[in-house]
Formats: sequence, structure tokens, C-alpha cells
Amino acid sequence: MSTKQIISSLPGTFYRRPSPDQPVYVEEGNCVSVGDTVGLIEVMKSFHEVKSEFDGKLVKFLVENEDAIMAGQPIADLSDERN
Amino acid sequence: MAIKRLLIANRGEIAVRIIRAAKSMGIHTIQAYSEADEDSLAVRLADESVLIGKPPASKSYLNIEAIVAGAQDTKADAVHPGYGFLAENGEFADAVGSVGLIFVGPKGSTIRHLGDKVEARLAANAAGLPTVPGSFGRIDLTHRLDAIGGELNFPVLIKAAAGGGGRGIRIARNEEEFCRLAPQAAVEAQAAFGDNGIYVEAYIERARHIEVQIIGDGSRAVHLFDRECSLQRHRQKIWEEAPASVVSDEIRNQLCQSAVAFAESVGYCGAGTMEFLYDAEREKYYFLEVNTRIQVEHPVTEFVTAIDLIRESIRIADGGCLLLNQEDIVLSGHSIECRINAEDPANGFMPSPGIVSALSVPGGPGVRFDSMLFSGCSIPPFYDSLIGKLIVWDESRDFALQRMRGALEELQIEGILTTKPLHQALLDDARIKDGEMHIEFLDHWLDKSMSRLTQIRDGEQ
Repeated sequence: MSTKQIISSLPGTFYRRPSPDQPVYVEEGNCVSVGDTVGLIEVMKSFHEVKSEFDGKLVKFLVENEDAIMAGQPIADLSDERN
Repeated sequence: MAIKRLLIANRGEIAVRIIRAAKSMGIHTIQAYSEADEDSLAVRLADESVLIGKPPASKSYLNIEAIVAGAQDTKADAVHPGYGFLAENGEFADAVGSVGLIFVGPKGSTIRHLGDKVEARLAANAAGLPTVPGSFGRIDLTHRLDAIGGELNFPVLIKAAAGGGGRGIRIARNEEEFCRLAPQAAVEAQAAFGDNGIYVEAYIERARHIEVQIIGDGSRAVHLFDRECSLQRHRQKIWEEAPASVVSDEIRNQLCQSAVAFAESVGYCGAGTMEFLYDAEREKYYFLEVNTRIQVEHPVTEFVTAIDLIRESIRIADGGCLLLNQEDIVLSGHSIECRINAEDPANGFMPSPGIVSALSVPGGPGVRFDSMLFSGCSIPPFYDSLIGKLIVWDESRDFALQRMRGALEELQIEGILTTKPLHQALLDDARIKDGEMHIEFLDHWLDKSMSRLTQIRDGEQ
């Protein structure tokens, strides 16, 4: 089993939900495909979707909802194991 | 003075502006800051500072408990909210008051009353101000939309009662569109603001945004004349002027008098702005909303009246009555402000946070640069993109435009991209020179001016 990471290309605030009263984009342990949105990054009040560049299982988020993140920081671990 | 120690519950250029005003009054300044602003200009300039939380605004500048605790820990006796963040949050004003501190701004109840757009329209009507024709009351999903639609003159705008910043606004051109779009707007208003109330306004083509600066002490109010803020991108102001050159002296007088009448009718205390839509063709103005705080563009008013608005509002919060008399406030010359945002106008206004590697600031008579910048400073990604305001004054609008051109050339900000090329391109436009703008002008103009913006940006690099 190999692991990959979703990396943030932008600095800002990370959100796991499209808006506070909606469910998270993806739960830990669920599978994602290339192009699936896994979170939002707010940069200077503008919102940018974070998309997965790989197919696989999202094992674990490495940042919490509403955490500050830097450009180049890993957001989540993926594994290519699919169940 | 009762105010001896002022906590600044904001950041960026407005925090710097408030610190300067407070220092000019001999007040000890305490800057509240987030982890991202530890090395900011405001923290450097303030006499003292207090950490209030993590970088995201929800954990610091929007955290009422943390700010009130910070104010108590540093023995502040007053809190200035600036603009944005908690400046128009009645609960924050009440929370500051409930621990015995002075809030520099209107009472919490005034903020709530005038913050509700429908209530504000009704209050303005009661004070004799014209409002844009439309439904004066709140509409929600319990109303018969077809009955309301039958009585409207189309086109109309559908707006959220609790809304702001242009969110959720829809244009309905006929009854069928109204019945289809109104429920959508109500659902969206519920999601965005937790309130499904909407209201309707006539849609005025080529409307201008004109506003009146007022300041009151709870019983008496005065105006500091008008501003024109029609150059907006997605309803965000980007360029402001004082006075509005399209308005005749007769209309200006009526407009300013009605703003004062409204402020006095609600016992307004502090600095505030009454916003109006102006139909230049018919010379008619319509009340839009009240901003119960100091505004970004207050310096253009300060330039044409020679009055320090921040100092006056601190003086009033201190329990003093208004020292200004209307006849002492005289309009002189013309002022223009260009907002310098950390955004790339040639690339869809993509945010451009980062480090300012070098900075050169314009100067000379009639030039003011309000900013949070210094060479080597960091522009964090967590907050608004406004990093500075370039403001000029001259005896006429033509001279002011000319002075702005020179000042923009002198302004050099390296390491990040800014809206400077946008302002340079606007200065080259004949319609701007003639003052021919309206609130949708810039959005249309941008559609056609991308290549010019790219040219200016790349010529600089």
C-alpha cells in the first residue's frame, strides 16, 4: 500500500464543509476520485475548492476545520487501497 | 477625559489610523492582535498589545469573549471596533458595555435597529426620507407572491432583509420571474443570514451610489457633506470621491439635511453614513441603508472638511457633546481615494498575500497614504485584501485626478500584486475624467479592459 497526500496550493483558512450548516465534503475513511472536492480554502475572503489529484481512500485529515494553513502544506493522507 | 486606555479591536490600516488619532489625544493605545499580526504595523505603533487568538478571524477578531477578556486584562476603559469584523454587531457593543467599558460607536440597540434593512427603511420613511419605491415591508414565504407581484412596477431588485455586501440580490423583470426568484432568494437568505425575510425595490438603471457622512451625540447631529462611491466591483467600493460632482448644490443641501433629520430622529450617537441611490437623470435620491460605524472612505471627507472623524467620534464616546456646528463645516476642494488591495486585477482579482519586499510611498501636498505597510511586512491570507488607501486632495476634481496620477506613479509596492494598475487604467478612461460613472460601470468596464490591465501590470515587472 502506498500513500499520497493532498497538498494545499494556497495559504489561508481551511474548511471541511461548503458552509457551516452543511455536511463535510468527505469523511475520513471514504474513497475519493480525481477532481473530487475535499475542502475549501479561504484566502482574503475569497473561497477556493481543494480537489483531490488522486483516486484512493482518504485516510486522515492533517489539518482541522478552520485551521490556518500555508501554501505547500499537506491537507490529507490518501492510500491507494480501496475497499 | 474618561477614556485613558483605548483597545483597538481591529487590524490593518484602520487600526493604524485609530492609534494615530488616539495618540493625538494623549490616549494610551492597546492593540488586540491575532497570531498572524504579531509583527504588524499596528502592534509596532501601539503603546501596548494583547494577543486575542489564532489567525482565522472567527478565532480572533470575531471572537467577542476573547476581545472583551483582552480589554479587561489590559485595563482598557474603551474599545474601538473600526470597520468590518464586529463593528456592526450590537451584541459586541452590549458585551463591551456590560463589563463597564465604553464602546466607540452607537448603542447596541441602534446598531440592531438600523442594521435590519427593512426596519431602517421604515425609520427613514418616518423621518421623511424618500426610499426606492418597492414593498416597504418584509416579505417571506408565508405571503402570496402573485398578489405582491401584481402590484409591482418591474424591473425590481429582490434583497435579503438581513443582507449585506450585495449577497443574494436578484433582478426580476416581470411577475413570472418575481414569483420564481422570490422563494429562491428567501431560501438563500435563510442559509446565509439565518433569516428568510426579503424585500423588494425598484431597479434604477445607471444608478449612482452617493452617501452622506454624519456624526451625532445622541440628540444633535451634523453632516460632513457627501461622497460618491459608484465605482464598485461586485458591489465592493474601489474608488471614492468627495463631494459627488454630479449633485447640484441644491440637491446636496436637501440630501444632507435629510440625512441629519434621520440621524436625529433615531438619536444617533457617533459617526455614521447614510447611503443613497441617486438617479442623476431625474435628480432624485433614495435612501438605501445606514452604516453604523466609521467607513473605509472616511479620509476623502476629512480632506474636504479638515475634520478628524476618528478623533470626533472618540470625543463623543467619551461622553462629550458634539462640538461641531453645522455652519462651521465648510466644503473645500475635491478629494479622491483609490483602494490598494492585494489582488491581481488582470487575473480575476486573485488574492495576492505575501511579503512586501520593498515599498516606496508617495508624498507632497494634498497626498495621504493610509496603510498597514512597511518594507518587509507580511500580508496574511486570512483577512480582507485592503492594504492601503491612497487619498489626494486638490482645489478641483480635474486637479485631483492629475494629482492621483502622479501619486500612483510614485507608489511602489514590490513582492505582491496590487490594484494599482486598475486605478492607473481608470485614470486613462475619458468617462472617468468626465465623472460619468454608475454602480454597474466598473463590472462592464472590467469585461473590456483585461488586456490593458495585463499590459500595465507586466510593464511594471
